[in-house]
Amino acid sequence: MTKEEVRQAVLDIIATIAPDEDLSTINRDAPLREQAGLDSMDFLDIVMELRKRYNVDVPEKDYMELVSLNSSTNYLAPKMADK
Amino acid sequence: MVKKYDAIIIGGGLGGLTCANRLAVSGHKVLLLESHIKLGGLATWFKRKGGHIFDISLHGFPIGMIKTCRKYWSKQIADSIVQLKGIRFDNPQFSFTTTFDKVDFKRLLKEEFSINQEVIDDFFHTVRSMNFFDDQSMTTKELFEKFFPGNDAVTRMLMEPIAYANGSTLDDPAITYGIVFSNFMDKGVFTFRGGTDVLIKAMADILETNGVDVRLRSPAQKILVRDKKVYGVIANGEEYHCDAIVSNANLISTINDFTGASHFDDDFIENVNKVRLNNSSCQVYIGIKKGEKIDYIGDLLFTSTAGKFDSKMLCAKDVTSRTFSIYYPDIRPGTDMYSIVASTNANYDDWADLSEENYQRDKKRLIDTSIDALEKYIPDIRRKIDYIEAATPRTFKHYTRHLRGASFGTKFEGLKVSMELPKQIGGLFHTGSVGIIMSGWLGAVNYGVIVANNVDKHLRKC
Repeated sequence: MTKEEVRQAVLDIIATIAPDEDLSTINRDAPLREQAGLDSMDFLDIVMELRKRYNVDVPEKDYMELVSLNSSTNYLAPKMADK
Repeated sequence: MVKKYDAIIIGGGLGGLTCANRLAVSGHKVLLLESHIKLGGLATWFKRKGGHIFDISLHGFPIGMIKTCRKYWSKQIADSIVQLKGIRFDNPQFSFTTTFDKVDFKRLLKEEFSINQEVIDDFFHTVRSMNFFDDQSMTTKELFEKFFPGNDAVTRMLMEPIAYANGSTLDDPAITYGIVFSNFMDKGVFTFRGGTDVLIKAMADILETNGVDVRLRSPAQKILVRDKKVYGVIANGEEYHCDAIVSNANLISTINDFTGASHFDDDFIENVNKVRLNNSSCQVYIGIKKGEKIDYIGDLLFTSTAGKFDSKMLCAKDVTSRTFSIYYPDIRPGTDMYSIVASTNANYDDWADLSEENYQRDKKRLIDTSIDALEKYIPDIRRKIDYIEAATPRTFKHYTRHLRGASFGTKFEGLKVSMELPKQIGGLFHTGSVGIIMSGWLGAVNYGVIVANNVDKHLRKC
């Protein structure tokens, strides 16, 4: 996966978890928590979905890497390069 | 041939059901074993002659349940959740009706209790920002003393509903209070329109659609362990194999009875032995005669004749502090029946060893005192009653198989033990009411989701 594909993959997952949010205006560097109204259970859902769709694990200690769209992409890109 | 599953869930309470559903949606082959004749655990109901349906624990839950049900169950379930707007307090210290949300509680603190606005805002800010990783040494009593020193009435308003909701006391860690209170105090109290039976039926249908194998009347007897890893369950005399087990049964019986303490490290068992169970409950179920009506007196009534709030007195047998949940016909659209459930907290020991004669006598007293108390709010209640029945800690123990009839799981220390199970035995997980935070309908469902994530990780070995 290219970095752009990883970003899209993350956005697709967020869209299923927060179906009412408008994700087209997301600031890629700002925290997702406020922008997409995500709570800690939502982040858990993202982690579980990443594992299901791409067999990628995000250990608990790395959860803060998912804070923004850009930080998520940067963190996941190497893990998903061969997917 | 022994049947093989990815995961076996022992117990179909809200935590077990949700965990099963999450794992099935995630692509795992799941078996759910339930000892009782129906799913739901303590999220249950029963029917009686005359068209009566009684809900055991549908008293009210936080708004978060809407989002949780939508994500982990269905939009249809989420869309049936409605607000209960009349929450009424009546005791010698104060009497009013509230919508039980932050705005109204702030108003009450100011107008009814003359608390300074700054103190109110600071209190709400403090409890809102509490989280699991904070200092756990401060008790709820100390929290109240800090903000409302010597103010028994405020303590009562803030504590009594939460004590009914999850069995917590003034001696429990302040963070457990803070987390639960800010969940409830955000937007008020909500319920499921349709009743518990409709909710559990909807969940059972979803489980079936998602391919979960559900077995009722199948009490688990043994969790099978080899080389510090689970490999199966014996239930109803039958053996099933699996890579992961999630017990939604009582935490302590999962360890001591199903698995056996010898499989765990000694210092872990030492911590298990320190886990305190929460109290049990008594309930009185009152079915109103068909055709009779009850004027709206509120949805949830926190009533008491006790002079002030006292955690210990709340469980005593001569308690006068009780919650009335009034179920009007609109909770079950299409019906015209009313029912009332009176709930009190209770100690198992007060009921456990009574002779049959004394047990019946005390149950009758429980019923009589509940009707006496209800008469204040519905003066002609005696004339309108068609059916009445009581449940005690013995009843709770019988149906849920929880040790000592615990109706709110374990105290705070149980959470750590619950979460550390898989470190002791590979593939052994627990979900259910533990640690006060993971309690109540919303806590149970969310903990089921959290554990499902851990099980999924274990099964995918990634």
